[in-house]
Amino acid sequence: MSETKKFLYVNRKAPYGTIYALESLEVVLIGAAFEQDVSLAFLDDGVFQLTRGQDTAGIGIKNFSNTFRALGDYDVTKLFVERESLDERGLTEADLQAITYEDENDDWAEKPSIRVVSRAEMADIMASQDVVLSF
Amino acid sequence: MAYQVNGQTVEHDEEGYITTLSDWSRDLAEEIAKTENVNMTDEHWAVVDFLREYYDEYQIAPAVRVLIKAIAKQMGPEIGNNKYMYELFPYGPAKQACKIAGLPKPTGCV
Repeated sequence: MSETKKFLYVNRKAPYGTIYALESLEVVLIGAAFEQDVSLAFLDDGVFQLTRGQDTAGIGIKNFSNTFRALGDYDVTKLFVERESLDERGLTEADLQAITYEDENDDWAEKPSIRVVSRAEMADIMASQDVVLSF
Repeated sequence: MAYQVNGQTVEHDEEGYITTLSDWSRDLAEEIAKTENVNMTDEHWAVVDFLREYYDEYQIAPAVRVLIKAIAKQMGPEIGNNKYMYELFPYGPAKQACKIAGLPKPTGCV
């Protein structure tokens, strides 16, 4: 059995307009099959990926924001959002959709996946990874 | 390439996945199942219905591991296990059931 590595997927771009956000999410879903320790980071315009009430009807692109709520099924339960990036865009945690997972070590209690962290904390999170993939 | 169902023509890709998701109907599912040599039972339908609900909520078809875990939770481990699911859908519960359910191929399936 190979050892588990810590993977961090860093999302810096708005959800639509470029393919980065969707590609990142797909890589996360595919990579989840390898049972590594996966976290996601959202900073800069990447925080817009998690905003609630997205409507893509006007641009003719699939709204994939609901897919983030499936991440818990894939054992991806750590979504770090940088507080300064939210502040700089006039957003608060209340503007983000609720994403939860069921903790199988705690009688399937529903717990929040999103954790808002400071820029300094985000730097520590990045420093503690084995692999950082930037999108 | 297309399926014929109730006098209607429904386009599909080279692997048999329908190209327009809104073309799906239960009659079409029976037709696709026939070409896959799958005889649809209540258990098959339960999996297909589950997949459609999952797609409706999350906009993705779940990976097979996620599918089996969720089926086990919903319908019990005697149905939600690898062996039983592969008996229902010999060419892979995710791949084949998604085709019958009129969904795209699951993310991560090559």
